[in-house]
Amino acid sequence: MKQIWTIARRELSVFFNSLIAYIMLITFLGFSGFFTWLYGADVFFVKQASLQSFFSIAYWTLFFFIPALTMRLFAEENRSGTIELLLTKPVTDWQVVVGKFLSTLILIIIALVLTLPYYFTVANLGSIDNGAVWAGYLGLILMSSVYIAIGIYTSSISNNQIVSYLLALFIGIFFQIIFSLLAGNFSGMVGEVLNYLSISTHFDSMSRGVIDSKDLVYFLSIIFMGLIMTEANVEKKRL
Amino acid sequence: MDIVVENLTKKYGAQKAVDNISFRVKTGEILGFLGPNGAGKTTTMKIITTFLAPNDGNAFVGNFSIKDNPESIRKNIGYLPENNPLYEDMPVIDYLRFVAELQNIEKSKINDRILDMVNLCGLEGEKQKKINELSKGYKQRVGLAQALIHNPEVLILDEPTSGLDPNQIVEIRELIKKIGREKTVILSSHILAEVEATCDRILIINKGKIVADGTAKELRKQSEGKEILRVRIEDGDKNEIFKALQEVSTVGTVDFIPGEGNAFEIQSKPELSSRREIFKLCVDKKWVMTEMSFVETKLEDVFRDLTMN
Repeated sequence: MKQIWTIARRELSVFFNSLIAYIMLITFLGFSGFFTWLYGADVFFVKQASLQSFFSIAYWTLFFFIPALTMRLFAEENRSGTIELLLTKPVTDWQVVVGKFLSTLILIIIALVLTLPYYFTVANLGSIDNGAVWAGYLGLILMSSVYIAIGIYTSSISNNQIVSYLLALFIGIFFQIIFSLLAGNFSGMVGEVLNYLSISTHFDSMSRGVIDSKDLVYFLSIIFMGLIMTEANVEKKRL
Repeated sequence: MDIVVENLTKKYGAQKAVDNISFRVKTGEILGFLGPNGAGKTTTMKIITTFLAPNDGNAFVGNFSIKDNPESIRKNIGYLPENNPLYEDMPVIDYLRFVAELQNIEKSKINDRILDMVNLCGLEGEKQKKINELSKGYKQRVGLAQALIHNPEVLILDEPTSGLDPNQIVEIRELIKKIGREKTVILSSHILAEVEATCDRILIINKGKIVADGTAKELRKQSEGKEILRVRIEDGDKNEIFKALQEVSTVGTVDFIPGEGNAFEIQSKPELSSRREIFKLCVDKKWVMTEMSFVETKLEDVFRDLTMN
């Protein structure tokens, strides 16, 4: 556990020392703030004291931002050779993978915490469904974790960050939208499976305040699979 | 802690980078790993440090096997990889702290260890700088500092002095020698003088196989066999002397040493000495001999003999 935390802290310090973190935070808050308060189907347009509009915009901004944060994690170490130093220290491959995963998750959580003023403001405007808000935040954290896991995996494949970024988007877009679009075209078993695979199915129900164990299992298993595949990739470098 | 390597084989595709090698390094010994580029030095080191898994064979550090206890090995080795990869965007002191924490050094001792390393490796003036602001020599010191911070019993250094200027090379060598007294050290290099100056024992490998193993002295002796003399004879005609020397019964080959007048390099036949015969010849012909000395076989020659087919 201590090793995981040491690695996570180092990665976090890279985020904050290289401006990546600040740029990410500012653009995320800018985008989500703009669409939550000022434009399109914003809070005032909906005329309900709800964070629905924020959740649906965050759903897309995080989708594009997260691969930009994760693309560096392994690709850079592979390119510069520092992976060799890291893997010859008394840490397991799993600890390295989880440490890097945690660092990005912490940064995302910081970003989400900074949007809490949205909640307090909306709560002042009318009576808000607190359950839906917290479930929605949990949903955002879980879907971010899925994309972090995918992003780390694609970062471990390549030593080129751009390739990692694009590959993460490519894999991610299936979960983000393609599965649910395809699900509309199929009926029966296939349609149901595709529907289950789509993140939006699970995220939408959570952002409406329903936390179902089915959804949790879905998120956790994809996260876990992403991390295991990353570990396998790291291990492959030793062969 | 001893290092024992047993029948190690590593293939990259069909090519064998390391081909069934075995050797042993004892505690307190500094072993120099010599070989042309691509001979398998780095691969062997990567296997001992548990970064790479071998296709066949095993290696032990102390009682730990790279297959069964890789984590125990990692705690006990300090490793400086080839090209010295470092997290360039970190300040030196933060980087050392990160490594110290990964090495599970007790929290209360971390600051002391970092200070010790800063002093030992001469990083006092640079410790607050980011690593990418340092010159190559200082980066190399940071690489050494991170390898030494947990006071490991075994040190694996892959070309520790590559890219340094002559003064830095001497400093790093002294440092390695100082540290090496109570530790087991393997260092690789393709600079022969360096290995000769630093190491107790030399291992030459070529195409994945060990071709020589011994002290610098022993290696020289191995290929000595033949006596080589340097002889200078004043006056007299160059070609006449050359001919006469060639006719001496014990002489194998005679060469002119270019640009030095009547100077010759004379190689005797195996196991024979021509010193007396040459002296007699000079007396008979009334030539004035002003120089006759042994030419020591250079380690370079040994190396070339062993690694060129």
